[in-house]
Amino acid sequence: MSEHSQQASNSEHVVPVSTYVAVFVALIALTALTTGVAYIDLGKWNTVVALLIAVIKMLLVVLFFMHVKYAAGLTRIAILAGFFWLAIMICLTLSDELTRGWEIVSRGWGVIVPLAVRFF
Amino acid sequence: MSELAAHGAHPPGFAHQFETVSQQRDAATLGMWVFLVTEILFFGGMFMSYTVYRALHLQAFITGSHLLEVQFGATNTAVLIVSSLTMAMGIRSAQTGKSKNQTILWLILTMLLGATFLFLKFRFEWYHDYVEGIVPGVSWHYHGSYAPGVQLFMCFYFFMTGLHALHMVVGIGILTVLIVLTARNKFSPQYYAPLEISGLYWHFVDIVWIFLFPLLYLIGGRYPGS
Repeated sequence: MSEHSQQASNSEHVVPVSTYVAVFVALIALTALTTGVAYIDLGKWNTVVALLIAVIKMLLVVLFFMHVKYAAGLTRIAILAGFFWLAIMICLTLSDELTRGWEIVSRGWGVIVPLAVRFF
Repeated sequence: MSELAAHGAHPPGFAHQFETVSQQRDAATLGMWVFLVTEILFFGGMFMSYTVYRALHLQAFITGSHLLEVQFGATNTAVLIVSSLTMAMGIRSAQTGKSKNQTILWLILTMLLGATFLFLKFRFEWYHDYVEGIVPGVSWHYHGSYAPGVQLFMCFYFFMTGLHALHMVVGIGILTVLIVLTARNKFSPQYYAPLEISGLYWHFVDIVWIFLFPLLYLIGGRYPGS
């Protein structure tokens, strides 16, 4: 039996070397980009851009290096559930923490904005 | 398939409770991801606490962030990304089953890069922090603006990078075991689950650093007047 068909039947999807190298180059480029952007004054957007680039880098690692692009559906659901619970933890905690200023300055919902943006 | 037939119902590494090799592989991957989800929430709790305290002491956290040297963080990010590539290449080498020595070489390279990360972190970065006197409880000589908040930031910095470094040490231990197992011919293109799931762990630790780097070093901005 040829090596190719044996891989197809017995082994997981083999990612081409070119894909790994492309992902690697993208990760290094994004690291340089996020470092460079920190030296430019974008105001609040510095934080948004840095986190956005980090999320893109994470997706590249998860999908290609960690083979989730080729993984079983059940595995993907487990991963999504993990991130969903992380989102619950962060959203519920921050919705409490960032709205506590209400009582001190009771001007209704408007006060949430200045408090919520303090993170940036 | 011919190899499967030659070994009867039990090819190397194939456990009898599974129906097929691919079912066993999916089970291993799923199990590892369930563990990694607990790790996501473990580190997630720290990231969340960091966010809450950053919101409470924004100027202090930005001041603290400026005490860290970006070049150390950026260099270590690059080192970890290279190590993720070498890890992926090592697993690919085992998947294709061409050369055991090639797999071992990639794994040793990954281990060395992991050790490089720790060396840079401890020898240069943490030592630099110690000399500068910005290690809370050990060496603290910072009396500038927002001193209490800066101390809090440095506590987060050392706990988060410390726990990340601990995961790196564990990863290097796992790689050592993998190198021995590979040398003893334990893996084949049909069975390499320990390599695959250890790779997942290694990449996960890389992802933690991908978030630690901007959160600790960058997000306050590094431009003049930031």
